[in-house]
Amino acid sequence: MKEKMKAFFAAFLRLCKRIGAFFGRVCKNLMDGGMAIPIIALLLLVVFNLIRDPGFFGIGIQHNNDGNVVLAGNIISIINGASELAILAMGMTLVTAACGGQDISVGAAAAIAGSAFVKVLKASSSISGGTVVLAFVCSCIVAMIFAAFNGTLVAVFKIQPMIATLILYTCGRSIAYWINGGATPTVSSPIISGIGSFIPGIPVPTPVIIVAIMTILFGLLFRFTSLRLFTQSVGVNGSAARLNGINSTFIKLLSFIILGVCVSVAGCIGVSRLGLINHETLLIDIEMDAILAVAIGGNSLGGGRFRISGSIIGAYVIQMLTITLYAMRVSSTDVKAYKAIVIILLVVIGSPVVKEKFGKFMTRLVHGRKRVSAKGAEE
Amino acid sequence: MQEECLLTMRGIVKRFPGVLALNGVDFTLREGEIHALMGENGAGKSTLIKVLTGVYQMDGGEIKVDGKKIVIRSPQDAQDHGISTVYQEITLCPNLTVAENMFIGRENGPMVRRKANEKRADEILNKLGIPARSTQQLGDCSLAVQQMVAIARAVDMQCKVLILDEPTSSLDDKEVQMLFGLMRDLKSRGVGIIFVTHFLEQVYEVSDRITVLRNGELVGEYLTEELPQVQLVSKMIGKELEELSSLGDAEEKNDKDAEVFYEAEGLSSSEAMPFDFTVRKGEVNGFTGLLGSGRSESVRAIFGADKVNGGTVKIKGKPAKITRPIDAMKHGIGYLAEDRKRDGIIAELSVRENIILALQVMNGMFRPISRSESEAFADEYIKVLNIKTASRETPVGSLSGGNQQKVILARWLLTHPDYLILDEPTRGIDVGTKLEIQKLVLKLAEEGVSVTFISSEVEEMLRTCSRLIVMRDRHIVGELTGSDLNQTKVMKTIAGGEAQ
Amino acid sequence: MKTSFFKRKEPLTDTQLLMTIAIGIFVVMYVLAIVLLGGGFRRPKQIFDMLNDNASLIIVACGLTIVMIGGGIDISVGAVTSLVVMSCVLYLNSGGSIVVSVLLALGIGLGFGLVQGFLISYLEIQPFIVTLAGMFFARGMTTILSVNPQKADHAAFAELRNTKIEISWLGYTAKNGNRMPAQIELGVVIAFVCLVLVFLLLRYMRLGRGFYAVGGNQRSALMLGINVKRTRFLSYVLSGLLSGVSGYVFLLHTGAGNATNADGMEMNAIAAAIIGGTLLTGGVGTVIGSFFGVLILTTIKKIVVTSGLNAPWWQSITTGGMLCFFILLQSVVLSRRAKKKKT
Repeated sequence: MKEKMKAFFAAFLRLCKRIGAFFGRVCKNLMDGGMAIPIIALLLLVVFNLIRDPGFFGIGIQHNNDGNVVLAGNIISIINGASELAILAMGMTLVTAACGGQDISVGAAAAIAGSAFVKVLKASSSISGGTVVLAFVCSCIVAMIFAAFNGTLVAVFKIQPMIATLILYTCGRSIAYWINGGATPTVSSPIISGIGSFIPGIPVPTPVIIVAIMTILFGLLFRFTSLRLFTQSVGVNGSAARLNGINSTFIKLLSFIILGVCVSVAGCIGVSRLGLINHETLLIDIEMDAILAVAIGGNSLGGGRFRISGSIIGAYVIQMLTITLYAMRVSSTDVKAYKAIVIILLVVIGSPVVKEKFGKFMTRLVHGRKRVSAKGAEE
Repeated sequence: MQEECLLTMRGIVKRFPGVLALNGVDFTLREGEIHALMGENGAGKSTLIKVLTGVYQMDGGEIKVDGKKIVIRSPQDAQDHGISTVYQEITLCPNLTVAENMFIGRENGPMVRRKANEKRADEILNKLGIPARSTQQLGDCSLAVQQMVAIARAVDMQCKVLILDEPTSSLDDKEVQMLFGLMRDLKSRGVGIIFVTHFLEQVYEVSDRITVLRNGELVGEYLTEELPQVQLVSKMIGKELEELSSLGDAEEKNDKDAEVFYEAEGLSSSEAMPFDFTVRKGEVNGFTGLLGSGRSESVRAIFGADKVNGGTVKIKGKPAKITRPIDAMKHGIGYLAEDRKRDGIIAELSVRENIILALQVMNGMFRPISRSESEAFADEYIKVLNIKTASRETPVGSLSGGNQQKVILARWLLTHPDYLILDEPTRGIDVGTKLEIQKLVLKLAEEGVSVTFISSEVEEMLRTCSRLIVMRDRHIVGELTGSDLNQTKVMKTIAGGEAQ
Repeated sequence: MKTSFFKRKEPLTDTQLLMTIAIGIFVVMYVLAIVLLGGGFRRPKQIFDMLNDNASLIIVACGLTIVMIGGGIDISVGAVTSLVVMSCVLYLNSGGSIVVSVLLALGIGLGFGLVQGFLISYLEIQPFIVTLAGMFFARGMTTILSVNPQKADHAAFAELRNTKIEISWLGYTAKNGNRMPAQIELGVVIAFVCLVLVFLLLRYMRLGRGFYAVGGNQRSALMLGINVKRTRFLSYVLSGLLSGVSGYVFLLHTGAGNATNADGMEMNAIAAAIIGGTLLTGGVGTVIGSFFGVLILTTIKKIVVTSGLNAPWWQSITTGGMLCFFILLQSVVLSRRAKKKKT
């Protein structure tokens, strides 16, 4: 009996060790990958919500006001609500990677882009598909001009991105107000509301589709150009990139212009959702969330290697967190405080110093366990 | 007095992963002497200095100051024992005033005694004859004066041993003389100075004794007046290791008739003096000269790495304009930079990405190399060059120095260049890899690629190059071919001056 | 001030140069405003009004200047100010004492400074993210405390609030014959005390010079024997503390707490510091410059209003333009200086 117990005990220890080692390996791979934090955070949030309310992620089919069959549910509203953020996070990742700094003017620039969008729509007598495309192209051009202004300050005048974009941050929303002529004009058209919510016959919210299209476009961009390699090279080692013939000024400028396109898309979605442009509330504070999404996505804010997918997941983590808090009856203004705590936890876990200390602690733990198991074997 | 030993280091051993950087090195510094520490790259000078200043911990040996054995664990420890260092790159704050730089971090109490410090600083500056005012912003002073302020700080901290690590590399002649005056002055006050430099003339001008290191070992300690310049050079460069000579001498090739690939006339850049230079097809030539002689600056000018100021360039007889690296690359020129970490590798990117980088740049943004293609390229060159890496997706920063160098070589070989410039490709890498790279250079030449090769080791260059351009003090002082290509002749030309 | 600069034999340091530019431009701007626009600018009261309205911004800019000189950034300052205002109002309305409310204000600011400083310097997390989270937290806490505006209802506090220094001879007579004296609020006095203290700290104390050294070249600072981590930590602590002070001063000025108090103050403070010649890269800047930065920002707004550009967007647009002008000017001035140094 005693023998059996001992054998069983030894086998149990072995099993424990093996399981421990397996999880250690998995964790290490994920940690090294840099994607660990956003994925774990997302999973934790999902699990938390499931425990809190098993029906939280239920997806239902509803008829909306226009009589269309649409998908509804928390998960849909999370994915839908994060659309603008996800789009901006994609562009922000590129700027961060190339310049080692962030653009804090995206919200203001989106307000300008949205104003341009509405301005063109208002100028035409009737809103047809063609007008919307024209309006979008105009807003794109406007956003790209402002982005090029930021980009020039950063790439040519070598001003830190945050300072350079502070200018547009300060006056961007006022420029939008000026474009709007001191009002908050509305546009009502089935096409616009189709962009903002649902296109008849398609049960998925249109902004989600636009995010999917943008993701594919970025995928194609990286697939059919060598932009990723060049951007990373400039971000990691500018001197070596230059000696290998890369024009780093151009790459930095380009990253800003691509962000400009994202800004315009996000701005137009934001306008379409409400059917009006309010320069003060459109995508307010989104620059901070976009930077957070980039950081949570495991990208270094100091530039270099980047993962767009990480930033997109980061955007959904932020939105999921917000919606979870709303579901817990936290008011929309109070959400920020809880969000801040979660953010700090995420970055503290991700910080190299903490990782190192934790790593040391884990090695000690593993070694300690080895010693214990060795003792067990001796007995 | 002269024989009193201020500092003795005995049997110092320092290992780095895979390299024995210092192998039982002895060093002695006497009171009131200027002692030059000489050796080419990788000889172990800087490692020895860093052991002495507490940046590195030694793995063996002992250090005595004033006859007492001491342990140095940190730069602060070293300072407490009276050992001060002035580094090549200025380690002061350019945005503060001269006086602040001299006293910051040394004061007690919460307040800065601004006026008192300024007065004291002015006294020291006057005493040492340093042309700076205490209230000046340090960044406004010339580099030489900044260097001297660092020395003044060290002097005021009652240092007994002063280490000057390459203090003259960014100074002009007049500034160097100012610095030497200061050094002699300190010497007369009994301070022992360790002078690390690569300028031979300066060593002979100012130092009393010379210690030569080579490959992490002590070659010997000599009185400066007893060691002629040529001998010093040969001691520094030394005989090559036996394994390397198995390569055999480069065959006497008749390059003279081959067509001219590259021709520069009066080429100059922001860093390099105007020079003329010609490269023939399939030729291996070399720029030689000691570190700082302008050899790297010249090849950088060829590649357009620095701002090109003037001169005309012809490639295959046609005029060409090379002002940026991309221009040179488009003309089939490749350049392996001297500073691998700063100008070569993109550390966070994978081996594969590093290998395809240059080819991708030449292909342009819109013709990306496909994943499978790039993997094939990476695998091919990992195999051909025998790059030791866990996988092609390993970040290149985690490879050893030699393998990093091979990755960069692979990067340029992949572009199939007509002309490859290799600046110190063998620096800081193990003997086996050195041999591989030398073989590769000769093979490339056979295939019709022109190569310009720069190395601190003359023997290495003699074996690979059929023509050597010798530089001293930023000018070309000689061009050696044929029977002139022997060690004595090269060293005489490098040393120049009173060499016989 | 100006003559003393010209008497000195030394060329100006970067810090002094950028500060002189800021002061010079402010003087030129103000003189032009007096000459061309007249009106309110002719009256000394204008200056006092500007100070009264911006006392808390001046204090926050002082704190931010310290952090920026040390090479960091703190974007939580405005939100912390807002949180302090709200907490103090609620505390006072529940019948608390003035002294404790002051301690509460300082405590909240200090708390933010300590936590943010620890995370940034000892755990080496990017300052932008940490202080962004701090900003979110403070804003969130403010609304958790109260979503609705709260007016301070406290006799002793009201008395304190009304303590003003009146300088009648600097006042003017309004059209209806009433004499409008120039007034200095208590907050301005506090702001000036902070300004002087921070100025002395930065100029004469070891810690202050340490901020410059760390911001100028971190590696060098380490080699020169400065405790870099502690120095950086203290810069955030000071900035947090000053945010607390600023919150109280804000309350003294407005007398009410509102969730949208001090909205966008952090960016105004950063803009003021930049205009005053503080570089985000660190190592260069003064509080005097930042003070004039605040004045320049305010003067522009007043000029816009006085010159008849009544549309609400002109203030921000001219502010942005001014910021752009200063950033480019500094970039050009410093790069030309660097070039001159090299040759």
